Amino acid sequence: MLRTAIHASGLVKWFGEGEAKTTALKEVSLEAFFGEMLYIVGPSGSGKTTLLSVLSGILRPNAGNVSVEGADIWTLDANQLADFRLNKLGFVFQDYHLFPRLTTAENVAIPLILRRIQWDKALNDATKYLDIVGLHGKAELPPLKLSGGEQQRVAIARAIVGQPDILIMDEPTASLDGETGRAIVGFVRENILNDHRCIVIVTHDSRIYEYADRTLEMEDGRLTAAKKVQDEN
Amino acid sequence: MKGILKLAYKLVVNDKSKFTALLAGITFAVFLMMFVTSMFGGVMNHSAATVINIGAPIWVMDPSVENPLNTVGIPDYVLDAVRSMQGVKYAVPLYSGSALLKLSDGAYQPAMIIGLDDTSLYGRPELIQGKIQDIYAEGGFVAVKDADFPKLGNPHIGTEFELNDHRAVVVGIAKVSTSSLFGLPTLYTTYYRCLQYIPNPRYTISYVLIVPQSASDIPRIKEQAKALGYLALTKDEFIGRTVDFYIFHSGFGMNLLIITAVSFIVGLSVSGQTFYTFILENLERFGALKAIGTTNRELVSIILFQAAFTSLTGYGLGVGLCVTLIGIAKLRMPEYAAMVTAFSVIVPFLMVVVITAISSYFGVRRVLAIEPFEIFRG
Ligand SMILES: Nc1ncnc2c1ncn2[C@@H]1O[C@H](COP(=O)(O)OP(=O)(O)OP(=O)(O)O)[C@@H](O)[C@H]1O
Ligand SMILES: [Mg+2]
Repeated sequence: MLRTAIHASGLVKWFGEGEAKTTALKEVSLEAFFGEMLYIVGPSGSGKTTLLSVLSGILRPNAGNVSVEGADIWTLDANQLADFRLNKLGFVFQDYHLFPRLTTAENVAIPLILRRIQWDKALNDATKYLDIVGLHGKAELPPLKLSGGEQQRVAIARAIVGQPDILIMDEPTASLDGETGRAIVGFVRENILNDHRCIVIVTHDSRIYEYADRTLEMEDGRLTAAKKVQDEN
Repeated sequence: MKGILKLAYKLVVNDKSKFTALLAGITFAVFLMMFVTSMFGGVMNHSAATVINIGAPIWVMDPSVENPLNTVGIPDYVLDAVRSMQGVKYAVPLYSGSALLKLSDGAYQPAMIIGLDDTSLYGRPELIQGKIQDIYAEGGFVAVKDADFPKLGNPHIGTEFELNDHRAVVVGIAKVSTSSLFGLPTLYTTYYRCLQYIPNPRYTISYVLIVPQSASDIPRIKEQAKALGYLALTKDEFIGRTVDFYIFHSGFGMNLLIITAVSFIVGLSVSGQTFYTFILENLERFGALKAIGTTNRELVSIILFQAAFTSLTGYGLGVGLCVTLIGIAKLRMPEYAAMVTAFSVIVPFLMVVVITAISSYFGVRRVLAIEPFEIFRG
């Protein structure tokens, strides 16, 4: 039986007022399950990032609600939301946003340190996760000494080090060449996805479509189709 | 929180070039500020040297006297009037003025002459050579062994010189706690001898020194002096009046203000600017931290900690540098007029606090304004 990780209904989000008003989400509803890798695809400007932000408690919708593991997140206040993101979610951004003056291990340890885990233990765990993403021995290097693909792996390690239930990835392969992109998403699918985790990926990159369990298509603020691309289970 | 602050620390310290610029700005500003206030402290101390060395609790003077270097004569009847005031235990005259000495080698040397009350020798300095009673001997003077002592030709007991065609002889060598400013050697003699040796205007008493019966008599003494048309100040008030004079009626106050402004501007523009650039450079990463669940409070703590840490380190370096340089200068010139006072430590500290507050205010504003959604959109 599939357990629901995210349930969203009637999401509306607009920006600006009057003439300049753009409605980025027009009554979007969706469901994401544990154990699946859900893709959201669609043309540029169709509202994918907006949707991801609303789902993950970063951007407040004008209407509709989102519940994560049964809890309605948009009734929470700012601090509770921050707490929710820290404890339940892992983020991989299109740009990696790593601190260049910290070592890769320190970068990866940040979510643990924010959870008040003791420095040495946090660094230990971070180093383990660097091993998991295939960066053994690179813990002490500054991120800028790594290649783009390796930096994205660091970002993934940072996203999963706190063992989040839900992993949110926005265009994770946009700054990578095709092979590297495929390798990384394939790696995530093989090693990070499990029955207790849900992974939501927004992408343009057709070269990684093959890893999806399910793909939602967005166009002009609406979900147009939900299709199962491929069944690997 | 400890871990978060450690992160904050690493973020700022590991950025070597910015951290260096931050420290340099604060250090320089603190150094400049502290140096000029120490200078001021030293000058104040020296210019109030007569007041400090004589040490009388109450000083009666003409109301137009602004500092101990410029005295205005008081008529003799004032001394008598003061002696009969209520609350006065005793009162003595003091002469303070300058005179031109002719040294034994024929050279002329201006000097500061202090004439002590003949009967009590109230305010006499501590002698390191000779006996104080010899001050009563024919032409007896006590020379003060301070930085300007060599200008008298390093006299010893028995050294003779001339003062307005009067023969004078050194009968003792004294030490004082504070040497006077502006490079004049100091000689003590009796009040009466000053009147004889130094051509004087009509009124000859520079100050009437009072020892009150008790501290509670001071207000009453002041009132009575005022009724007489004179000003009675406690020792501290007189020193304060001297400081006021230098701040408000000499170029010193303006210079102090200018240096304060300069060091503030240097500190703020170098360090404040660098700190702000540091924040801007990391803005997106702070935004990413926000997205992954850092609260605003934590972000503010990070920035305040970074600002406070660099400022305090810079402050420490600035103070250290200033103390070292003044120390070295004093080794080479024992009476170098700079003195590290509480004032000269506190003023730069306050300045650093203001600089820190301003630069972190702008940094905090920027970081709080980031929308994590914008970071997400890239
Ligand atoms: N802060 C904003 N102010 C005004 N309009 C905005 C804002 N953010 C997004 N939009 C608009 O909302 C729409 C959806 O934007 P969004 O970033 O979600 O698209 P996207 O599908 O992620 O595009 P891409 O594939 O280029 O990342 C666009 O038309 C965009 O211009
Ligand atoms: Mg997008």
